[in-house]
Amino acid sequence: MSGALSARLPDGRLHLQHGPIDVLVQAWGDAAEVEEGYGQACTRFATLLDELVGELAALRKPVHSGFKGPVARRMADAVRPHRAVFVTPMAAVAGAVADELMQALVAGRQIRKAYVNDGGDIALHFTRGESLLAGVVSDLANPAIDATARVAFEDPVRGIATSGWRGRSQSLGIADAVTVLASTAAVADAAATLVANAVNAEHAGIQRRPARELKEDSDLGALPVTVAVPRLPPEVIDEALSRGTAEARRMQAAGLIAAAYLSLQGRTEAVYPPRLELSSVSS
Amino acid sequence: MSETQEAVATDVIRCDACPVLCRIRIGQSGACDRYANVEGKLVRLDPLVVLQNAQQAVPFVDGKPWQGNVLPTFVTGIGATTTYPDYKPAPFIVSSKADGVDVVTVVTEGIFSYCGLKVKIDTDRFLGPEQAAVRVDGEQIGHVTTAEYGSQMLALGGVRHLTGGSKKEGNVTCDAMLKLANKEPVEMTIDGGARVRVQAGAAPVVNGEPEVRMRVGCGSATIGIFAPQWLGHCDEVIVVDDHITGVLTEHQAGRFLDMRPAGIRVRGRKSTPGRYFKVAEPGLGWGGTNISDPLSIVEKIDPKTAWPGMRILMVSTTGEDAEWFVLDANLKPEKQRMPESVRKVVERIAENCEPALCTVLFMGGAGGSLRAGVTQNPVRLTRSVKDMITRVTCGGAPVYVWPGGGITLMVDVLRMPDRSFGYVPTPALVLPIEFTLPLADYAAIGGHMDSVVPLESVLRSQKVRYLPA
Repeated sequence: MSGALSARLPDGRLHLQHGPIDVLVQAWGDAAEVEEGYGQACTRFATLLDELVGELAALRKPVHSGFKGPVARRMADAVRPHRAVFVTPMAAVAGAVADELMQALVAGRQIRKAYVNDGGDIALHFTRGESLLAGVVSDLANPAIDATARVAFEDPVRGIATSGWRGRSQSLGIADAVTVLASTAAVADAAATLVANAVNAEHAGIQRRPARELKEDSDLGALPVTVAVPRLPPEVIDEALSRGTAEARRMQAAGLIAAAYLSLQGRTEAVYPPRLELSSVSS
Repeated sequence: MSETQEAVATDVIRCDACPVLCRIRIGQSGACDRYANVEGKLVRLDPLVVLQNAQQAVPFVDGKPWQGNVLPTFVTGIGATTTYPDYKPAPFIVSSKADGVDVVTVVTEGIFSYCGLKVKIDTDRFLGPEQAAVRVDGEQIGHVTTAEYGSQMLALGGVRHLTGGSKKEGNVTCDAMLKLANKEPVEMTIDGGARVRVQAGAAPVVNGEPEVRMRVGCGSATIGIFAPQWLGHCDEVIVVDDHITGVLTEHQAGRFLDMRPAGIRVRGRKSTPGRYFKVAEPGLGWGGTNISDPLSIVEKIDPKTAWPGMRILMVSTTGEDAEWFVLDANLKPEKQRMPESVRKVVERIAENCEPALCTVLFMGGAGGSLRAGVTQNPVRLTRSVKDMITRVTCGGAPVYVWPGGGITLMVDVLRMPDRSFGYVPTPALVLPIEFTLPLADYAAIGGHMDSVVPLESVLRSQKVRYLPA
């Protein structure tokens, strides 16, 4: 069995990998502080997956309480506001791992800014005056930056997550990509998963299969997950996007997310953070 | 109901590649999408590196008891992954026919806690005193060890720096070793010495200056090689070298040619006639000394022996530095244009120097628990390696196995495929290692015979990356 691996990419970024977890880390600041921070993240990473696996069976069930590990608690906390629909803490696993590694990276260190990118679910860290530009890729098969989001210290955003039916995770919806900006990566991850589930429509060409048939251990059990989406007529795309947008707006009104960007077959919808709407009016 | 359960039992395998232990049904992949269940077998979807026509890429040496000389296709350990606990059979135990003999290659990626790099830097420039600390980012990653002929040697890594010091020391050491082993450059400083940029297969860069040539020999050897070619063109030749400076007419080589003593006494300590130690301090000037004016090593010119018009060549051991002097009426050396016949011999010194290179040998101990992935009786594997029945390779490259106990091996990283090395946070290096031996011998040493799979099925079931021969 392979253990947790860490390596430095030629450009200096830190790469962490263990089983299904694949993380890229970059931090800015004094070189010695950054190295110490990377060391702290590596140390935290070494045992992280084993801790998660210890509670994996419970994490694959609809959310309840009583989790012991810090990552498991982050996952449960992130999905709890959504418990009216079927959701398990696994909906926030990637984001929660990113948040946990970010906390280890910056603890006691002078880091100007940093990101921890766990397969597209990203935890952010800023000090005053700092910002990062994140790109959104809607279609993994034709990767191109379709939208960008500049997130700064002043924004109530420390997490970005993207969900869709094509990725490694399973989706009940048909969105190519739903990107959510939220207070933490775990919160963004859970919200992106559920908004992507909401981007949906009835169309004979959409193929769905019980989740278990694709991944034996799936937390989604017999729920139908999307495996193929044909070219859809414009009215079906609009219908699916409007359902997803409504769900994103509901989450934003509830204070769960800051912004969302939805994409389906070349059409996009954005749910902007209120601050940006105001600034665009005044300018 | 019982029928369904039976079906589950046969269709689903449990992946043990990581702690998640995914259950994977036929045709599915695990949570990582790296491992999948293909026809009931767990396969890795990442490419496994395969050397095609290994004979051309890395020739196998003929070993006497060794029958299966060459595998036309040789599976390397790169991407083979490893298993844990150790006693589980290695990820790939592959059989293939070579010259009609069934051979088995056990392919794994070994984690080497005890490992280091021996770095040979072809230069006579002073890099630092023996035993001096070699540092990267201020952390000690190794030391200067005994110099070799025309080369300075560094011993880097090792368990003491990897895990015996501070965490930062371990991480910096591991990172530097990984880069060097993967043929990437590393900038290092030597206490009381130079700043050196080392990259396997490239010229060393000492204090920002790329080294060009390795010296043809020491000063004395240079005299010994070129003396007959100077005869008749020079009255004296002084080959400046930090190790042994040679003075032609005093040297045995000059005497043998009946050359007239020139009466030029150089500084330093006389070893034997015409051979002088320590004519100057070590440095980055002529022949690894600190001088830029060659006359500064001349202590005196004996008026009773020397004569006006005497022609003197002073040259370094690489031919990079050379000057031509003629004694005037007062026996003072006067710099003059070097005659063409002499310049030719100077150029020949340079021509006979090999290009200065850095070479990196990985050294590590494979005699520990990873043997259990090969056989249930680990000491038999060790003996089989010692008896040259089992051939050990790293990424297809030949290794030297040290005599004595264990399987302590050395391998030239330049002969291994690119990016062969990885690491674990221990910190320790991970590298491919293959044990190849006749099938019958594999059975005899207690091999995991149940796990042997034919080569064709590995190539069929694994994603493979073919290396150009």
